[in-house]
Amino acid sequence: MQNELLTIQHLTTSFKIEDHYYAAVDEVSLSVKPNEVVAIVGESGSGKSALAFSIMGLHARAKSEGSIAFEGYNLNSLGPNELNKLRGKHIGMIFQDPLSALNPLMTVGDQIQEALILHQPNMSKKERKRKVIELLNSVGILQPDVIASSYPHELSGGMRQRIVISIAIANEPKLLIADEPTTALDATIQLQILDLIRKLKDDIGAGIILITHDIGVVAEMADRVAVMYGGQIVEIADIHTLLSDPRHPYTRSLLRSIPSADTPKTKLYSIQGVVPSLKHLPRQGCRFRFRIPWIGESSHEENPQMHELSPGHFVRCTCYQNFWFPGEEDIQNGAS
Amino acid sequence: MALLDIKDLKVHFYGRSGLLSRKKKPFKAVDGISFCIEEGQTYGLVGESGSGKTTTGRAIIGLNPLTSGNITFNGRDLTMERRRGKITFDRNIGMIFQDPYSSLNPKKRVLDIVAEPLRNFERLSPKKELAKVQQLLAQVGISADSIYKYPHEFSGGQRQRIGIARAIALKPKLIIADEPVSALDLSVQAQVLNFMKDIQKELNLSYLFISHDLGIIKHMCDQIGIMYRGRYVEQGSSDELFSNPQHIYTKRLLSAIPVKEPAEREKRAREREAIAEEFQTSYHRYFDQEGLAYPLQHIAGTHYAAAQGTGGR
Ligand SMILES: Nc1ncnc2c1ncn2[C@@H]1O[C@H](COP(=O)(O)OP(=O)(O)OP(=O)(O)O)[C@@H](O)[C@H]1O
Ligand SMILES: Nc1ncnc2c1ncn2[C@@H]1O[C@H](COP(=O)(O)OP(=O)(O)OP(=O)(O)O)[C@@H](O)[C@H]1O
Ligand SMILES: [Mg+2]
Ligand SMILES: [Mg+2]
Repeated sequence: MQNELLTIQHLTTSFKIEDHYYAAVDEVSLSVKPNEVVAIVGESGSGKSALAFSIMGLHARAKSEGSIAFEGYNLNSLGPNELNKLRGKHIGMIFQDPLSALNPLMTVGDQIQEALILHQPNMSKKERKRKVIELLNSVGILQPDVIASSYPHELSGGMRQRIVISIAIANEPKLLIADEPTTALDATIQLQILDLIRKLKDDIGAGIILITHDIGVVAEMADRVAVMYGGQIVEIADIHTLLSDPRHPYTRSLLRSIPSADTPKTKLYSIQGVVPSLKHLPRQGCRFRFRIPWIGESSHEENPQMHELSPGHFVRCTCYQNFWFPGEEDIQNGAS
Repeated sequence: MALLDIKDLKVHFYGRSGLLSRKKKPFKAVDGISFCIEEGQTYGLVGESGSGKTTTGRAIIGLNPLTSGNITFNGRDLTMERRRGKITFDRNIGMIFQDPYSSLNPKKRVLDIVAEPLRNFERLSPKKELAKVQQLLAQVGISADSIYKYPHEFSGGQRQRIGIARAIALKPKLIIADEPVSALDLSVQAQVLNFMKDIQKELNLSYLFISHDLGIIKHMCDQIGIMYRGRYVEQGSSDELFSNPQHIYTKRLLSAIPVKEPAEREKRAREREAIAEEFQTSYHRYFDQEGLAYPLQHIAGTHYAAAQGTGGR
């Protein structure tokens, strides 16, 4: 396809645990167009961050297979130097854990300047300082001058997160990977950050990969949504279809757990069982089947494939056809 | 009498200077806030990022020295201890930290993590300690054979439960929960919130619940305080605040709650624009010359909102 910004094909990223490699990202294919926001949601440990790190080429000790093409360049074939140049200048990443992304011994202002020096070496010192203040302003930091000369531990959780955001957008990347960019932020600042991301999209046509647990943020921003479970994409659709007609049992369960400002204070829905660890993740058959044991084995495919239900709406495995929630047996029996 | 009574709490930090100017001024992270938490109730603290919520929680537990104000807890005046700035943990106050990944020491086994408060406050024989830890883990739904495992062997939700087991080890009356679920996925989040409500009933616990998620705040809290730059702008029951917000910052916060459906995007964008404009035009009615909120004024029932100034500059 000609106009894709990023095309990922059959990407598999594996981590070594006790001498064996286990895939945290398993045969994932995904593309992002310029000006498009693709959201990735999924259970904790489903491989969202691992996917993001793979695109950035930041996994030092993991094994990665498959292809990643950015603006037609195959990222796998670039050497470390070329990759470094591309990252930061054309691909920006907002890391999920701001504290580990920041250097504790350097003021945050210097860290933003560092990103600028690396990719815009011709900028004068004065210009750079002005740019730092401008960036901090744009992420809603009051007294940017004082904050720039603070160390990470002197800042609140949300302020640190915004520092990481200013570093990611400092060079106006064409692709922004935002991993939980607003979890530590209040609703008003969250909105400001989301607007900033939209602006990057509108002004320079950036493509965005937005990883988040917050379905509200997805509803606010996304054009398309990919749902991950156990290292695989289990459902993908445009935002309207995904929220109004979710099909995969995992997607439906996820959407059921949302507490919202206008639901009554009843018990929230949660998925049975625990998130499997990488080592113990079932890799044969439908990976979600152990979390919905009331659904008969025969409903699942032996080797679950993606099924296209309508243009662009794909669901993995056939179990979606026979899925119901506990307590809904009657409806199910009545219907069949 | 309230379980926790905070009066005019101030926490100031000294010693930061600017990038452009080198003058040092005290930084007023918490600048005169007051609230009460009743036994068995959940008090929610929301507000701007950097408005002093974590600092407030840390001051109550004794991790940040008070600059001034009073803290009375469980009938005891903690003010003097807290002012001296020495860390004096109170066994009746527990804390759940925001980050389940970094708040548990990776080098310690679950047994040692959960037993830590017991070792500080109760001298139990190793046998009794083991039994107590197993009982605590059972209470949070972690299998007893997990005691010799390390934190990295657990999922985020399980780690958060281990943190909760540690927080309830001494049967505290109050738990300060700083963003306890924001790092968790929705399903695990639901599990932890359900669990926090269950043990609240069982142990007659009170919570100071800090969160950015207004859906969660509404689901969990009886009373809510809204902070902006170290001060309160509004306080009241969740009904009072959500259905009748008074302060412009509260209105702005509520309008910023994400939409539920993409179809609402445009309508909400217009509402937000209107409120942002009101924020600009009426700014000086709500904030003083330094951009800080005025003192609270009674509205009705338990509802208070920062007074409106005269609008002068
Ligand atoms: N460096 C690593 N070494 C070994 N295993 C890892 C490593 N990084 C991640 N994993 C494992 O890979 C799986 C995917 O992790 P990842 O961080 O991508 O999850 P995630 O979807 O981002 O979850 P969350 O929503 O909690 O951030 C998990 O089982 C995790 O434990
Ligand atoms: N040790 C410290 N030294 C100097 N300033 C500090 C220190 N700790 C906190 N601050 C400042 O106090 C203010 C309040 O921080 P706090 O962590 O309480 O905010 P918060 O309301 O919890 O924000 P968030 O929602 O982002 O977590 C911030 O401006 C922060 O920079
Ligand atoms: Mg992640
Ligand atoms: Mg905080």
